[in-house]
Parts: sequence; structure tokens; C-alpha cells
Amino acid sequence: MNGAKSAVAGVREILARHGYEPRHLVAILQDVQAARGYLPQMALEQIAGALGVPLSSVYRVATFYRSFSLKPKGRHRVTVCLGTACHVRGGSQVLDALLAHLGIEAGGTTADGLFTVETVNCLGACALGPLVVIDGEYHTNMSGERAISLVQKFSQRAQGRSRYGEDTGERRRRS
Amino acid sequence: MVHLTLDGKTVGAEAGEPLLEVARRQGKEIPTLCHHPALEPYGACRLCIVEVERRSSRKIVTSCNFPAEDGLTVWTDSPRVMNNRRLILELLLARCPGVEAIERLAKVYGSDGSRFRKSAEKCILCGLCVRVCEEVIGVSAISFAGRGVDRRVVTPFEQSSSECIGCGACAAVCPTGAISIEEVALARRVNPFATEVEMARCARCGAPVGPSRQIAFIRKKLNLPEEILGVCAACRRKEYGKKLLSVSEAVRRKT
Amino acid sequence: MGKTRVRDAGDLDALRRALLRQRAAVRRTIAISTRSGCCGSGGAALFRAFQREVKKRGLAGKIAVRQTGCHGFCEKEPTALVLPDGVLYLKVSPADAGDIVAAAASGKTPVERLLYRDPETGAAVAHEKEIPFYAQQQRTLLDANRLVDPMDIDDYIAIGGYAGLAKVLTGMSPQDVIESVTRAGLRGRGGGGFPTGRKWQLCRNCQSLPRYVICNADEGDPGAYMDRSLLEGNPHLILEGMLIGAYAVGSSQGFVYVRNEYPLALKHLTVALKQAQERGLVGEGILGTDFAFTVDVMRGGGAFVCGESTALMASLEGRAGEPRAKYVHTVEKGLYGQPTVLNNVETWANVPLIINKGWQWYAQTGSKASPGTKIFSLVGKVNTTGLVEVPLGMTLRQIIFGIGGGIRGHKRFKAVQTGGPSGGCLPEQCLDLPVDFDTLTESGSMMGSGGMIVMDEDTCMVDVARYFVRFLQEESCGKCVPCREGLRAMEEVLTRITAGNGTEEDLRSLEDLSALMKDASLCALGTMAPNPVLTTMRYFGDEYLAHIREKRCPAGVCRDLVQYEIDAAACTGCTACSRVCPSHAIQGEKKKPHVILQDRCLKCGACFRACRFGAVKRG
Repeated sequence: MNGAKSAVAGVREILARHGYEPRHLVAILQDVQAARGYLPQMALEQIAGALGVPLSSVYRVATFYRSFSLKPKGRHRVTVCLGTACHVRGGSQVLDALLAHLGIEAGGTTADGLFTVETVNCLGACALGPLVVIDGEYHTNMSGERAISLVQKFSQRAQGRSRYGEDTGERRRRS
Repeated sequence: MVHLTLDGKTVGAEAGEPLLEVARRQGKEIPTLCHHPALEPYGACRLCIVEVERRSSRKIVTSCNFPAEDGLTVWTDSPRVMNNRRLILELLLARCPGVEAIERLAKVYGSDGSRFRKSAEKCILCGLCVRVCEEVIGVSAISFAGRGVDRRVVTPFEQSSSECIGCGACAAVCPTGAISIEEVALARRVNPFATEVEMARCARCGAPVGPSRQIAFIRKKLNLPEEILGVCAACRRKEYGKKLLSVSEAVRRKT
Repeated sequence: MGKTRVRDAGDLDALRRALLRQRAAVRRTIAISTRSGCCGSGGAALFRAFQREVKKRGLAGKIAVRQTGCHGFCEKEPTALVLPDGVLYLKVSPADAGDIVAAAASGKTPVERLLYRDPETGAAVAHEKEIPFYAQQQRTLLDANRLVDPMDIDDYIAIGGYAGLAKVLTGMSPQDVIESVTRAGLRGRGGGGFPTGRKWQLCRNCQSLPRYVICNADEGDPGAYMDRSLLEGNPHLILEGMLIGAYAVGSSQGFVYVRNEYPLALKHLTVALKQAQERGLVGEGILGTDFAFTVDVMRGGGAFVCGESTALMASLEGRAGEPRAKYVHTVEKGLYGQPTVLNNVETWANVPLIINKGWQWYAQTGSKASPGTKIFSLVGKVNTTGLVEVPLGMTLRQIIFGIGGGIRGHKRFKAVQTGGPSGGCLPEQCLDLPVDFDTLTESGSMMGSGGMIVMDEDTCMVDVARYFVRFLQEESCGKCVPCREGLRAMEEVLTRITAGNGTEEDLRSLEDLSALMKDASLCALGTMAPNPVLTTMRYFGDEYLAHIREKRCPAGVCRDLVQYEIDAAACTGCTACSRVCPSHAIQGEKKKPHVILQDRCLKCGACFRACRFGAVKRG
């Protein structure tokens, strides 16, 4: 264990949970990403030191698998499925419409930090495509129009919060 | 000892020996790009392919890692082999136009690389640099990153590597000249890996001796004391003439 | 039944009988398919609603409500199945719970409004087995999905779960087991179709210890989700299969590699494993013998290539999923260089069946060279999409039209894509081919892992080829030149063709690249990658030529070759089109003819679909 590497909060617990075993590197990285939203450089350095594997190997794994990101993500993660069944039902048009509406490229994050739009090559819900997942919630039988209105709902909800994320009371008034 | 048929002739080989060794021993010309005798076979460039027949089915295999077995029939230059090699080189030419090693091979196999859009890469992703740094030097300063067409050889985070010892083995094995070593002021720069390693300076005259990390690496590996390799070759010669010192003698004289 | 350890085969049998006795008072069970990813977050609320209704009517103990995995009738989920009657209710919501419970309690008239309706006659069909979708299936494996809650091992034991393991451990030698599986004729369900018994024998023949068994749950073929359904719905079935296989090959350590995109499958598998461990069915001294077996559940990181066995093993070792040469097979040198048996989820799922019913029974199902059943995910432009289990040898036509109900929207069948990115597109003239391991391969495609994507006249086959090439390009590990550079070149060519800039030389290039990739790629991702291109060129060559010679996309899909325009004479100015346009490309005042701004148009077709006056023209 390399004590000289500064520790990133939570990483040590994750490493311990996986027994500091190098073969669990993928799962370790996934847990760190789930906790931090992405993979910070310092976390990867700490992991390499703790597992006794070269930093280049950790970097290799972190850049090989699609689920990992070395950059922070937006507040809401929007994933558009581009599996064959979804594609045949118009999945890429859903993606195009969404990207056009938000003004970003696939994999990018909106300037206001609200949305990151990514693609995935099949989520396995093929009968219900096209599929869009927002923050883990599955939305089925999507079209470009429906995807945009979904995203607009999230924007509106976000506007109902003050700068510090407090509820401005709109929700209270409505309920 | 096993026997196989190589281009119509029966030859002997050790069981499990890579066909590439067997073929070269027989004087056959087999092109390779990602192969190196000091490294484990990798099977990435696919240039070393040969055609084999076994249990009445024929297929193309890479000779660098296909094990010799009794009764195998091998063709090193069948039309199928030559066609495939030509196309591989055509694709590499499109990826790395202007790279001498590729152009030379392409000419031999008749590819002109005009069908596909050209990139401007120098690196053919053969992995020799990564593998020598890992298998021979044992430092793993560089690795592959990304996947598919994004695959690249970089240092972690594409920043200057703190593991690199500046030995230049990567540049030495690179077949395309994509890696170069540059001496800049008092550092050695490894391009294109954004890495600079400080040079250790001669205790007598201050001239650069070698990358300090490399010297420390050698000292550690051979268990040498701190005083060794602290003096540049010129100064050592001045003091001790052209005599070659044994390690113990060098230690005694603290040079 | 608590968490008491099952000490031996007798214990297991006693436990099963005790469970059945305990459940004897239950008159009816309502199985709701809430333990499935597709059902989303509404599952808990649905279950609570049913529980409430049962309690309200004082029926606890008489009517049981069970949460189960998916029933395969995908567009009608969540479903509620009343057992033992077999009455099936579709698209059930919490508000329906009361009526369903009441109907189940009385055992009389089912709830009409929730029943399946014949699309032609409108007649209601109450019984699951009479619904055309189910009637022609043989749900040997998937049936159990209705009978077990994946989060409760007792359900699995009650239906005879782990009895196959007990039979093996108490009365069969490892070689006996290999014999059985070999003679049953089971072939790998992951796409390769390699005889399972022979794979196990080859592994066992290797003396080096330890040996490992792996379950490949990296189901990466887009459009395929059979394994997901099995893992989410009946994880114990797979565990039992692995236990039997491990005993046969002499392994005491197993791994299940689940792709990252299946969080629910991971969860259910982990819970199932824990429960099996508590019962002593996994771990040391299983069922009172000296057989020991532990399972590690490992997660993928998001890489289609990790479905390839050597890439999967690299990933299990904590490295990037890069394949390696298989000149020395993984049964000899696999995980950590040790003899390893890797089999697909569905393959493992077949093993307890073979042991319980005997290899003779199994060998008689399906067809001679392809015995058994296969699960397919029937998706795309069919009327009824879902998971379908049929005996191998059934034809494409029977599956797509007999079970799937034909093409939706009264369109014309064009092609069916089987085998995922390693397979190909087969046209109408191939519809009467039997679906098995060998026949589809002769036509240029392959059965693969079971994905079956139906395409109609609105699908552009050149676009489909390009789609697959792009998919594979993204998923390629990039190690070898033929695959990495070959796919890049193929994409370049196909993009040119779909943009209207293709030439006939491009077709030669595609053939050349295909030949190279088939011959010289490092792994099956590369060697099979040309299949979608080759089959579409072979069967739909006229579409390629239309794109090249006429700069026309017959299906109206390729963006650069299609244009949407509004016929001013037919336009009523109703604004329906401008309201749905995602890029605000339609201008016009109410009641006045509208116009499409071509430079903003995404060619998505939303306006075309929205216009009720036929004023939007596609050309």
C-alpha cells in the first residue's frame, strides 16, 4: 500500500471491500465511479498503488470499458439505446433529435451541467424500443418528440430549485 | 520432435514450436511487424500469416504463435496468403502513409494503398514498445488505451510518466520511427509520450551521464552502491585510462 | 422454512415435501412479472396492491401472490398469471389488483377487460396456452419463470430444484455426467454450437489443476435478451447447471460474468447465490459429499468483445478484454492458464433438465443434429414481440408469422436478422428454413445466441449493414489490423454509399475486405464481422445498386438520399407537423401552407407520420 498517494474519499473502503485483489479491478472502478460520478485521476493513482499494479494498467482498463468516464458527468445521465431492435424502430433518430435539442454531441454534457447524453449498444429491453434511460429509469417506445419533452420536464424541475439546490417552494404550492 | 510439410518439403520441428521459427530456420521469408525475439508473440499485425491444413480443413493462421504439430501441412506463400498480406499492407499504408517500413513491404506485396482514405498516423499499434517496457524493462510506463479505432499508445493521462526511466528501449524496437528520443538541455525527452526524464550529471565535470531514473534503476537491479555511475565516461577515462574496471574494482574506486 | 442447511439428498427431498405441504392450502397463486428490468420501478407498487387486496378479503394463505421474472410477452408486461388455471391478464396496474384477486378467489369469470384479444376477431382469450403467442411454443426452460420468485430459493426447491444435483452427487460419477450430456447432444447456446459434452470431456482430460467453470452472461448481441430473462427470473437454474458441470469436469471454482448493463440480473444472481450458500448447496461438503464449489459473480465493464471467451477471461483477471489466439484452446489453457469450461447461460440452464429427464428424453426433442429447445428474442417489426422458446428445427416462418403474428402495421416482410452482429440478414425466400445450428449458416447467416430481428419494407438494408459495421467498429478491441482497419475501411465505404457517393468499385472493396477479415482476424468478432455486409449484398444487392447508380434509397431511410417536402396544394396549415418537428425546421402560419427548411431538417420522418392529409412527401 502506497501511503504517499493522497487518498480520495471512499476509495480505501471500496478497495477493502474487494479484498485489494487486482482481479477485481473492473468492479473496484465501477464502485468508485458510482460513488464519485466519474473516475478522478487521483483515485486511479491511489488504486494502482494499493493494488500493486502499474498505473498504466489501471489507465488501460479505465479507458477500455465503455462504462467508465474520466470526466465528470452532468446531473442527469441520459442514455439512448442503439441496439439493433431500437435502431430498426428509429433509435438513431431519437438520439439525433435529443442531441439537436440540447446542442451537444453524443457523450457530451450540456453547458449548464444538467445533462450528459450517452449511447449504449443494447440494454436488453428490445421489445420495448426505442429506449431512453434517464437516471436509471427506463422509458420505452420513445420518439424524438417524446424524448425532448421528457428532458424538458427535467429542465423545468431543475429551474424550480434555487442556486443551492433548495426547493423554491413551487413543489409545496403544487401539492 | 515432430514432422510437418513446409511448402512441399518435410521438415522437423520441436512439438509446440512456433511455425515462424520453423519456417525461418528453413530460410523462408516471412514478414513480421509486431514480432521481436525478446518478446512473447503477440499476433496483432497478422503479416506473418501462413496457410495450414490439418484434418482436411485449411485455414489461415499467424505463424508467430501457431504451434508445430505432427502431420501439419504449411504453405508460407500460397495465393491466399499473399492476397491477405497485400490487403493488410494496403490498410496499413492508408493508416500510415509515408512510413518507410510499410512502404517497403507494400512494394514487395504489390499494395498501393489508394483505395481507402488516408490518415496521418505514424504508429501501427504493433505494441512492441508497450511490450518491451512491460516484459523486458518491467516498468510499464506506457500502455494501450481506448479501444478499436481509438486505440492508442500513451502514458497514463497522457502526462509525463513518473515511471519511465528514459532507457529508450521503446524507440529501439519501434518499426516505424514513431517514437524518438531527444536530448534537451539536461533532460531526455521521449516523444510522443510527453515524458521528460532528468539527466544525472557527472560528479566531476557536470556533463550529463544518463537519465537519473535509469541509473537508479540499474543500480537497484544489480545491487550497486550509490557511487557507481556517478561519473561520466570521459572523466572516468581521464582518471583511469582506457582500462575496463570490474564492478568490484569500480566500487573500490568509487567510480 | 428458515435458513437451515440441507445436509444431504434426503434432507433436500424432505424439505421439498415440507414446502409442498406448507403450500397445499393455497388454492390459487397469482404470478406477477415484476422481477424484471423492463417492468421498471412500478413493480413494488404493483406487488403491494395485490398483497393489500388479498389481505382485505381475508384470503391470506388461500391466494398467494408471487413476484416472478418476465413471462416473455414483452409488450404486454407486466402480466398477472393465475395458477393453476392459467388465466393470463395483460398490462396489469395496481388499480386492477382488486378485480383480479376477486376473480381468482371465485374461480369463475375472469376480468374481461384485461384479457388478450384476437387482433382479427376481437374475441377475448383467457387461457395462456390458447393465446397464439404461447400456443406454439415449448417453454421447457422458461415455464419455471412463472413458478418461482427468483429472490426465494424455496420456490425453486419446491418445484424440484437441486434434485438434479442430488441425483448426480449420490448416484453418478463425473464421467457418467459427461456421458449423459454428450449423448443428449446438447450444443452451446451462445452462438458457437460446440457440443457441450465434448467440451467438458476435453477439459477433464487435462490433468492440470485447478480447473474452472465459467458462465458467460455477457449477452452482448443487440436485440438479444434471453439470458437476461433466465438470470433475472430463475438464477438457481443456472447455478444448479454449473454445480453439475463443475462436478463433471472436476472444478471447485466457478465464475458468472454478467455484463454491466444488467444490474437486476446481477442482483438476483447475488441473492440466489447467498441463499444457496446458506442452504449448503454451494460451498463445502455439498449435500453431505466431499464435493465443494464456490461461485464468484463478476461484473463486466461495458464491452461487447468480452462475450468472446478469451477476452472474458482477461476481464475476469482484471485486465482489458482483449482476445488472444485460440490455437491452444481454453479448455486446455484458459483462465489463469488453467483448463476452463466456459458455457453460455442458456447452455447451463439445459443441464439440470438433461439430468432430471434423462439424455434419451432430451435427444428426442428438437431435431437430430440440434436437439432441445432454444429461446429467441423476437423483436423488430413483428406484431407480437417477446421471448419465444421453441424446439430447434421450427422454421423462421412459423416463428415470425405463427408466433409473432406477422408484420405489424400491415407492412411487407423484408428480412430477418439472426445471430447478432456475427450473423446476417435473410430474405423472404429463406423463411421456410428450419432454425438450428447448421441450416442458417449454409445461407450465410447463423442462429447465434437467439436474437431475431424482423425488418420490413421501411428498413434500408444498406443502412443495416452500415449499422452493424459501426457497432462492431466501436466494440472492436483494436488489436489486430484486419478487424480494426478493415472495419474502418468498410465504414468509410458504406457511408459513401449511403450518402450517394458510392461506386461499383466500392462493392469490390467490400468483398475484398470481407475476405481478409474472415481469413486473418484474431478472433470471431473480426472473422464474423463481414456477415451482415455479405448477406445484405447477396440478398439485397439491388438496394446497393439503387444507392450507387441512382443515388436513391428505396426504403426512404438514408438521410442524404431522402428529402421531405410539403405539397402546398395539399397542406391545410393544421400545424401538426411543425409541432412535432424536433429541430424546428417547419415554418408556416396556421391555416396557411407550411414549408420545410431543408438545412434544418433531420430527416426523422416525424412530420411524415404526423400529417393526416398526405401533404408531406418523401422522395
